[in-house]
Parts: sequence; C-alpha cells; structure tokens
Amino acid sequence: MGFFDDKQEWLAEVFAQYPEDRRRSALMPLLRRVQQEEGYVDFERMKEIAALVGTTATEVAGVMSFYSYYQGLPTGKYHIQVCRTLSCKLAGSDELWHTLSERLGILPGEVTADGRFSLQAVECLGSCHTGPVIQINDEHYVERVTKARLEALLEGLMQDKPLEEVRRSLPDEDKMGKATIELEGGEPS
Amino acid sequence: MSEGPITSGHDPRFTPTLFAHVGKPNSWTLDYYLSHGGYQVAEAVLKGKQPDEVVEEVKKSGLRGRGGAGFPTGVKWSFMPKDGQQHYLIANADESEPASFKDRYIMEDDPHQLIEGMIIGGYAIAATKGYIYIRGEYRKAYDRLVGAIKEAYERGYLGKNLFGSGFDFDLYVHRGAGAYICGEETALMNSLEGLRANPRMKPPFPAQSGLYGKPTTINNIESLASVVHIMQRGADWFAQMGTERSKGTKLFQVSGPARRPGVYELPMGTPFRELIYDWAGGPTEPIKAFIPGGSSTPLLPFTDEYLDLPMDYESLVAANSSLGTGGVVLIPESVCIVDAMWNLIRFYAHESCGKCTPCREGVSGWLPQLFEKFESGKATREDLKTMEDLLDQIEGRSFCPLADAAVWPIRGALRHFRDEFLHHIEHGTCAVKSGPRWR
Repeated sequence: MGFFDDKQEWLAEVFAQYPEDRRRSALMPLLRRVQQEEGYVDFERMKEIAALVGTTATEVAGVMSFYSYYQGLPTGKYHIQVCRTLSCKLAGSDELWHTLSERLGILPGEVTADGRFSLQAVECLGSCHTGPVIQINDEHYVERVTKARLEALLEGLMQDKPLEEVRRSLPDEDKMGKATIELEGGEPS
Repeated sequence: MSEGPITSGHDPRFTPTLFAHVGKPNSWTLDYYLSHGGYQVAEAVLKGKQPDEVVEEVKKSGLRGRGGAGFPTGVKWSFMPKDGQQHYLIANADESEPASFKDRYIMEDDPHQLIEGMIIGGYAIAATKGYIYIRGEYRKAYDRLVGAIKEAYERGYLGKNLFGSGFDFDLYVHRGAGAYICGEETALMNSLEGLRANPRMKPPFPAQSGLYGKPTTINNIESLASVVHIMQRGADWFAQMGTERSKGTKLFQVSGPARRPGVYELPMGTPFRELIYDWAGGPTEPIKAFIPGGSSTPLLPFTDEYLDLPMDYESLVAANSSLGTGGVVLIPESVCIVDAMWNLIRFYAHESCGKCTPCREGVSGWLPQLFEKFESGKATREDLKTMEDLLDQIEGRSFCPLADAAVWPIRGALRHFRDEFLHHIEHGTCAVKSGPRWR
C-alpha cells in the first residue's frame, strides 16, 4: 500500500493551496508528511511523491537533499536537532552537543540501539535569546537547555512520556516565557 | 518635550505598536484581535481608499523593508504592473539570519496583525492570493498562523468580497525545510514552486515575473505588520519616529550574554547603548565586540564610540557595517574572535547553495579551509594575505547576496580585531582562554 493511499482528503487540501497546474509546489509538504510519520524518506516514497506531483524521483531526491530537515536514512523516535550557530554557541551549545553525543553514544547519522534517539547539528533556529536551543522532530523548541533541563528532558523521553508533556514539565519552565519585556507601560529597570 | 523626531524608547510620545500585544494571554485569537480594534484598518482601507492611495501613503511614511536590505516598501509596491494578471503577495517568514528572531513573535502572538497587513498589501498591489513562506522549524508560529487563517476564513476576514468591497483575498502557508538561502526572494519562490532553492537571475524582477511567472511582491513580516499601523495612524505619525532617512519603529533583538536578551520595539535611531543597557539589562560579563544587525553585518568594538551610534541605516553604513535585521549579538572578552568567525563561516559554508563559483568554491571551500588552518595553529602570514585576497575575489562577484553576507563579518573582524588573527599565526592558539559556557 502506498503511503498516501489513505490520505486522499489531506492531499486534496494540500494541492488546493496551489494553482491546478502547479502540483509540483506540493512537493515539500508531501516530503514533510513522510518525514514526520516515518522518520525518513526512502526511495519508494520519493517515487510515490514524484508520481503525485508530476516529476521524477531523481528530482524529488534533488529537492530533498537541498534542505536539512528531510532525512534519507532512518532516524530515532526522537530526532534531536541541536542549534550550533553563534548565539547558541555563546550559550554553550558546543558542550551541550558533546555531552549529548557521549551520553547517547551516537554520532550524526546513527540511531541508538533502542531506536529512541538520533542526533543532528543544525544551523540557527531563530531562538538566539533562549540558547542553547534544541528541536525534537517537528515539535516546538526546547529552549534554554541547561544541564538540569537536559537531564530532565532525557529522563522523560527514556520513559516515553509524550514530548509536549516532558517539555512543559522541565525545571524552570515557568520562568522561560518570552525573554521580551512588555513595553506597554513598562519602565526599563 | 522637544518637537523633534522620536529617537528613543524613553520619549513619552513613543508607544509600541508592532509588539503591543505580544506576550498577552490569548493574543493570537481572533476574538482578542477584534476586541483591540482588529481588521478595522483593513475595512476602512478596502472601503475608502484606492490601491494607489495606499501605495502613496506607505511611500510617504518612509517605511523601509525590515528583512535586512532596507528597500522602501511603498516603492517596491509601485513596481507592480497594472495588467489584470494574477498577482501574488508573499510574506517572507524565512527569518534565517542568525541573531534574528523578531518575526517569529508577530506570528506566534499576533498572527492576525500579519494577516491584516497582507490584506492591505494585497489590495494595494492587486494580489488576490497571498502566501506566507515560513521557515520549517517555526512549528509554533506555523500552528498559530494556520489557526488564525482558519478563524479569519470562518468569520469572513479572508476569502471572497472582503468587507463588501468586492476585493477577494486567499491566504496560504508554505513551510520551508531548513535552508538560509530561502530568505533570498527568488530562491524563496523556487522553493515555493517545489524546486531546489537556488536564486534566480534578476532581471526579470519579481514584480515583472515572480511566482509562477506572475507579478509578485515579497515583503518581510515586520514590514507588512507595520503597514497596518501606518494606514491606521497615517504616514506622518510613522515618519515622526526615527531619523531623517530611517523612519518608524523597528524590532531590535539582543542575544549573547545580556541580562534580558529578547526582542524590543524601539524607534529607529535609538542608540545601541539604550537597547543593550536600558532594555536588555546590560551584559552579564565583560564584552569586547558586538554584531549590530545579524550575522552578516560586520562586527563592531564594544566601545563608547560605537555604543552611541544611532540604530538607523545610514549611521551603520557610515561605521562600515549595516543595520541588517536589527539583531545584536554581544561577544564576550573571553571568546576568541577567530573562533566566533569560524562558527559563522561554517554556517555560510553549510548554507551556500552551490549555484555560483565564488560562493561554492570561496565560501564553502577556501574560507573554511583557511579557518581550519587558523584553528589548528598552522596558519601563516601568507594565509592571512590569501584570506584577504579571497574576500576581494568573492565580494560583489557572486550570484546573490549570500556570499557577501559571509564576507562582511570577517571584514569587520579583520578591521577591528586583526591582532587576534595574528596571535593565531604567531602562537598557534587563541589570544584569550575560553572557559566552559554551558550552565
């Protein structure tokens, strides 16, 4: 059975976002859906997507390899993406990366033996004021990943608790909020 | 109080508009937006103004594109033809320039503000279809946008015959998947068309032949949000804030070791010192340099001379740098400038799209190799000369601005912190000893 066979309604919604003769525009949303559900996009899926949007699997592979989100090899249940760009570096992302890699015993491209974790270093996630930042799969960011928060995060994930629940229950989560201050009526201290 | 322009957040005449609702409970919902006057500006514009009048008002306000290049928004709109073809308005929410995270909060906490700005923009350029191209990683902002668009359709703020004016506007969200180059408008359009995001040759410019070959305008999120307030309060209100050629308020961002890093809406022309000390609470450790406007803007020494610079386009150009997206990064004394630049060069090397030779060979090939020599203590004076030659070979010679964006921070580092590069050559190590930074 094809991946999209039981997703006809969803497909129709995606294609409706673009002009009728521009089905190719749906290539990225289709790739994302496979990545979300299967953790990577294999060649069979590329062929399926190619047929749906009216191009070749080679073209799909070309697009896929251009972007950092799509993976050609299987990833863990929790694909941990660590931002390594300057502001996160200044907040300790190098040490965070080495700690994670050692703790999990994996390098990029590898998956832990239990299938739980894989690792990827990514470029600026646009959360420079709350570094170091990581993103797991396609979910909301985990911000200000201090040593204590990393411990709590890994512990929660090892118990297979829902990701959002783990994220919200990290120590000091209530203090995260926005690092912005409200200017309306607010006085700088 | 003086009658002069407002150039400080301390001026009592200044009130934030773009960020007025960020951080408030349920600020992203349509009910909240409507209870704060939401969509009244779009209604008044669509019922009471001609498209040309909108373009003129935005021109008169002096609004310049907030995505980094600072091109006047109204002028950009006026390039759109009057030809009866399908036109497109694209909101550029790629926000991939390191040190930039402002547009994210407009989308997360005030998505209807963006939608209203896009309705007005679409009306001004006769675009009945709009796309928001959002970087793939912004999941929360995506969720909020999709929710807001759904609400807007349900209550008639998007779709056919808006406010009984006869103007139709459909709006869609397209997610990227991790590529800095997608912030470049022609690469963005290729990405939206399902292609590799290589930039396109200009001309033709997007206003002539853009998305799907149709006339297209691409605007930054903050620019589109600003339009709502310009149309509500008038061009003169916007133009009284800022400096002679940099008008209005802007979202400035602070990251690095500051007490309150974050996003701050301030009038253009506010000094860096006020942003960094009064709003962001000042540094938490000794600082030697700062990046003034995002990773591609040449860094400046953290001295009185530069801290007193007004944050406007012209002052930064005069200081051999750029206002960019307004993303300030504080670089501590204890961090080696060569290390910091190596981090950014690695970023640009990773993000180079490979289309043109100066960028593919220079930015992703030669520059990282030279930096590796510096890092491993093997660099010689000859290598420094090679690096400077290389910067000359790359700058201004690439297909799109990405390669320039990689060159400029190194230029700033060599201009102000050359001694740290020389230290690597003479001693094989960093001039400063960097300790652990992770807490």
